[in-house]
Amino acid sequence: MNRKKLQKLTDTLTKSCKHFNKYEVNCLITLFYNLVGDAAERSGAVVGLDRNAFRNILHVTFRMTDDMIMDRVFRGFDRDNDGCVNVSEWVQGLSLFLRGTLEEKMKYCFEVFDLNGDGFISKEEMFHMLKNSLLKQPSEEDPDEGIKDLVEITLKKMDQDHDGKLSYTDYENAVREETLLLEAFGPCLPDPKSQMEFEAQVFKDPHEFHDI
Amino acid sequence: MGVALSRSAQWTAAGYETGTLEITALNESILNEIIEFVEPFVYKYPQEAKFVFIEPLEWKTNLEPSAFESGYIVSETTAKSEEVDKDGEPLLLLCVPNIKVRSFGQLSQFLSFAKDNKLQEAQACIEANREPMVKILGSYYDEMTDDPPTITILDSITSDQDMHNKRKIAILLKQLDLHLLNHSLKHISEGIRLNPATFKKDIELLKRYSGKGDETVLESIDYTSDYEFSNGCRAPPWRQSQGEVCYVIVKPHDVDALCLTCSAEGVFLNGGKTEEEGEINYERQGEIYKDLVTCLKDKSPVFSENMSKHELRFSEDQQKDSDTYDKPKIEEVQSSVTSSDKSKTEKSQISFGKSPMTKRLEPSLNWRATVDYKEKGSAKDSQEEKQGKAEKSSTSVSSGRAQLLRKSGEKVEETASESSSESEEDEEPPDHRQEANADLPSEYWQIQKLVKYLKGGNQTATVIALCSMRDFNLAQETCQLAIRDVGGLEVLINLLDTDEVKCKIGSLKILKEISHNPQIRRNIVDLGGLPIMVNILDSPHKSLKCLAAETIANVAKFKRARRAVRHHGGITKLVALLDCGHHSTEPTQPSLYETRDVEVARCGAQALWSCSKSHSNKEAIRKAGGIPLLARLLKTSHEDMLIPVVGTLQECASEENYRAAIKAERIIENLVKNLNSENEQLQEHCAMAIYQCAEDEETRDLVRQHGGLKPLASLLNNTDNKERLAAVTGAIWKCSISKENVIKFREYKAIETLVGLLTDQPEEVLVNVVGALGECCQEYENRVIVRRCGGIQPLVNLLVGINQALLVNVTKAVGACAVDPESMSIIDRLDGVRLLWSLLKNPHPDVKASAAWALCPCIENAKDAGEMVRSFVGGLELVVNLLKSDNKEVLASVCAAITNIAKDQENLAVITDHGVVPLLSKLANTNNDKLRRHLAEAISRCCMWGRNRVAFGEHKAVAPLVRYLKSNDTNVHRATAQALYQLSEDADNCITMHENGAVKLLLDMVGSPDQDLQEAAAGCISNIRRLALATEKARYT
Repeated sequence: MNRKKLQKLTDTLTKSCKHFNKYEVNCLITLFYNLVGDAAERSGAVVGLDRNAFRNILHVTFRMTDDMIMDRVFRGFDRDNDGCVNVSEWVQGLSLFLRGTLEEKMKYCFEVFDLNGDGFISKEEMFHMLKNSLLKQPSEEDPDEGIKDLVEITLKKMDQDHDGKLSYTDYENAVREETLLLEAFGPCLPDPKSQMEFEAQVFKDPHEFHDI
Repeated sequence: MGVALSRSAQWTAAGYETGTLEITALNESILNEIIEFVEPFVYKYPQEAKFVFIEPLEWKTNLEPSAFESGYIVSETTAKSEEVDKDGEPLLLLCVPNIKVRSFGQLSQFLSFAKDNKLQEAQACIEANREPMVKILGSYYDEMTDDPPTITILDSITSDQDMHNKRKIAILLKQLDLHLLNHSLKHISEGIRLNPATFKKDIELLKRYSGKGDETVLESIDYTSDYEFSNGCRAPPWRQSQGEVCYVIVKPHDVDALCLTCSAEGVFLNGGKTEEEGEINYERQGEIYKDLVTCLKDKSPVFSENMSKHELRFSEDQQKDSDTYDKPKIEEVQSSVTSSDKSKTEKSQISFGKSPMTKRLEPSLNWRATVDYKEKGSAKDSQEEKQGKAEKSSTSVSSGRAQLLRKSGEKVEETASESSSESEEDEEPPDHRQEANADLPSEYWQIQKLVKYLKGGNQTATVIALCSMRDFNLAQETCQLAIRDVGGLEVLINLLDTDEVKCKIGSLKILKEISHNPQIRRNIVDLGGLPIMVNILDSPHKSLKCLAAETIANVAKFKRARRAVRHHGGITKLVALLDCGHHSTEPTQPSLYETRDVEVARCGAQALWSCSKSHSNKEAIRKAGGIPLLARLLKTSHEDMLIPVVGTLQECASEENYRAAIKAERIIENLVKNLNSENEQLQEHCAMAIYQCAEDEETRDLVRQHGGLKPLASLLNNTDNKERLAAVTGAIWKCSISKENVIKFREYKAIETLVGLLTDQPEEVLVNVVGALGECCQEYENRVIVRRCGGIQPLVNLLVGINQALLVNVTKAVGACAVDPESMSIIDRLDGVRLLWSLLKNPHPDVKASAAWALCPCIENAKDAGEMVRSFVGGLELVVNLLKSDNKEVLASVCAAITNIAKDQENLAVITDHGVVPLLSKLANTNNDKLRRHLAEAISRCCMWGRNRVAFGEHKAVAPLVRYLKSNDTNVHRATAQALYQLSEDADNCITMHENGAVKLLLDMVGSPDQDLQEAAAGCISNIRRLALATEKARYT
């Protein structure tokens, strides 16, 4: 990519993104193209990170492990639903990831957790997301009993209008009261340690980012 | 045999009298041993085999007469031996099915006939003859067998062959008995799993033989964990469920350190302790050994070599140990175990100890066998329902002892290092575990479920469980204890050790709440929570730091915790937290991990406040540079921040170093400023800090210069908050030591208010109020105010209290008032002098001294003082006897009182009769200027009566007095010169003075600007001179 094009891209993205300065945007763009590789660029097809590549980044860089959550994060990044994260989505997504306000993060997390996108996190969705969260005890008759109970506990804690599912308002109120519940159903934001490492590395010299 | 049979053979539950032997491996082996003993008897001991039993052994046999062979007269249903006793009775008589046998020879024959049925026959015999020893040897010998010398003596008297045999058999049977006991012990011990007590003793013993040097068996042996659960295990609970008891790190002389797991199955090498996490890799790495010693012998050649040297001592120690160690426990269990058990266990052990066979056993096995045998014995013999009880009581005993040990160890350490304003909960109250059967609230079960999820959940589940747990009322003790009792504390503390920031935050939020409970605090410390929290103080996440500091603030409310914080470097880290408070950064966006710097500093100050109650911590805070930081934080205006900061300063101000630093850092100014705050707690701590610091004169002036006296005076008017009132009155008391401050207080009408506070206040307030009045009353105007406001009556009323601090202050205040004749008459009317006088009997020297000082102005200013003093029955004798005290202050004050008393001639006569002269003379050799002065005054007064002058000389009071003139104190000079002047009326005294070089010293004194001193010195010199002239005259005439 030539310098001029990069310059222009940086300028537009810096304008549209409030949490990064120009230098940071520049670094992120450079990193993006490093990750995508030259091949994709030359082919002229959609330039971006496909699901697998992106999940790989999430896993290695941000230490996420839950497949389902990672898929949801991918969807969160891939705003236009074209199956890959392009450079603009990359910068926008990371802006939230790294610098998002609580407000933004809540919206994002809720979307991640609302698996079917109906505006509510239902019991079934919770069950789905929590099903691997407990160590299976062979002694128990119903291995899912613990999960079900956990779902009930969560509902009791967060479902303030008692309709058996979480609306965004329920979620927002609960998180404002107890910030720990932001990622209530699974880590979908980078943990502070990996975030710091990522920032330290990327904003220092994007070319040295070889982990992936 | 009797002992072994009755003790270790397993009788059926039906009881000893009617029971039959159970068919168990143990019994079978005992019977086999007996058969092995009896059968060859006839060959081994032919002489003894002929010995005829006192009574025949009788039992029902299955043996047919036909089985008997030659040497027996056999019929259809009977068989009898041809061998007969002296009276012609056959030694074996069978009348189917009964059989009577009367010698070992016949017994052994019989067994050989029984062939395959030996066992049954032996069993039938033993069952039917419960006391074979008595039957064989007679009851006499059964008792005698324990005492061989007696037998020998008996034997030597009666050289009868029969007797000899009898003795021999007795000894043989005794040996069999011992053999059987050992045999059964061995048998029992093989079947027993290892238990925590065994390991504990093993390890303690090995410790005793460890250390540097070639002689020791090991370099060191240590537990990996200091925490011992109540069941004696040290392994974490989830490992205990696998039978693991504890882990030890052993450093032998020759090989690398070994990390061993001691479990119920045995001892084995585990994966070792990892360097960085300090966690143990629990995987088994080698074969299982039956005990620690065996394992170590295998691992370390040097150990086994040195061990063999120590073997004997070691085994002795073990024996001794098991004796002493187990006895208390056994006695505890007694309540639930029948008394026969005790005698049994002890007896068996004693016989065991004497037995020569012990030597053949492995030392440690031998020792464990006795211990285990005992435990097994007590458990087995107590009936089923008792068993649980017995175990329970024994565990509680051991845990209690562990606590005791820990405590006593601690005491030694702590008395050495800590001694300061540790007010609250210094002694550790006993743990109140919830009764297992008590009705548990529903919260208990819900919390138990949540803890289960904490244990078995990933990060997400853990966070949910933590958040849900916070919805319980964590301020309620039920919930706090429920969390602990279901093992939640361990999990919460473990979470702090993970990398998951969110889990840490959630866990700390809970710990912060429940650590308000004193028991939980102790549990947290016991579980090693403090070092982890101290480490978190280094975290990059501010909110995490805050939570950790706040939790530490709650936990560090008792000595051991405070010390733990210090030892893990917590003080330095907490002080470092204070450092970020001064950047007034704008609040960053609300985030999970971030918080305002001010908040961090506040939490740090909070934790330091808790820690600052220990002397060593105060020092540590100072060394870490805490004072300038605290001073800087004091300039802020956040009340939340100021309270812990001032609280810390107030605690620390008890140290001299701090008071100097507080002055230097200009902290007083800010303390005064915050007196004007709206917050009562803040006012209280500021006043308290001023109270602590105002011992220093400069500080008192600073308080005045910064306008602190007015707010103090105005705070006196609000009496609802007693803590604050106590602090404020304390500050006023200390400030009023300076005269300028008193003037200010008078201006602010504080004295009137103080007088108003003399009634209906708690003692803490009264002490300070009276102290302040005592200082104020040094001035005439104030005395007038106090009198006018009716302050004398309540003061005199307070003389009957028992609080020492209060009495010291009250007597001082009353004494100050008594300087005014007008006030004195009021005191006299209220019988205050009698009350003061009776305080001379107070056990506390400070009170005695203060009362004696107060008496001086009373006697001086009372009308008819002599009469008044005489009216106190026994009063003068009491005063004179106080001269025997060894407290300098008491002595000085009593001398002063005597000076005043002696102004009355009659009283002087009385005290002379009570022997005041020798007592005063005895005190003369002192270096204390205060005492010297008052002593000299008393002596000079007492010279006025009879031949007291001569008596002082006789009691050698003169020479020391002369030396007083070399003191630097003019008061001493004056009093001494006056005393010498009085004494010089006696010729012998003059000689003594002259000999001690008084003249030259006195000549110097004549040049003093002090007129009284001049006069007294001159008078003394003239007396000496006159005597010299008189002697000269006498010589020439």
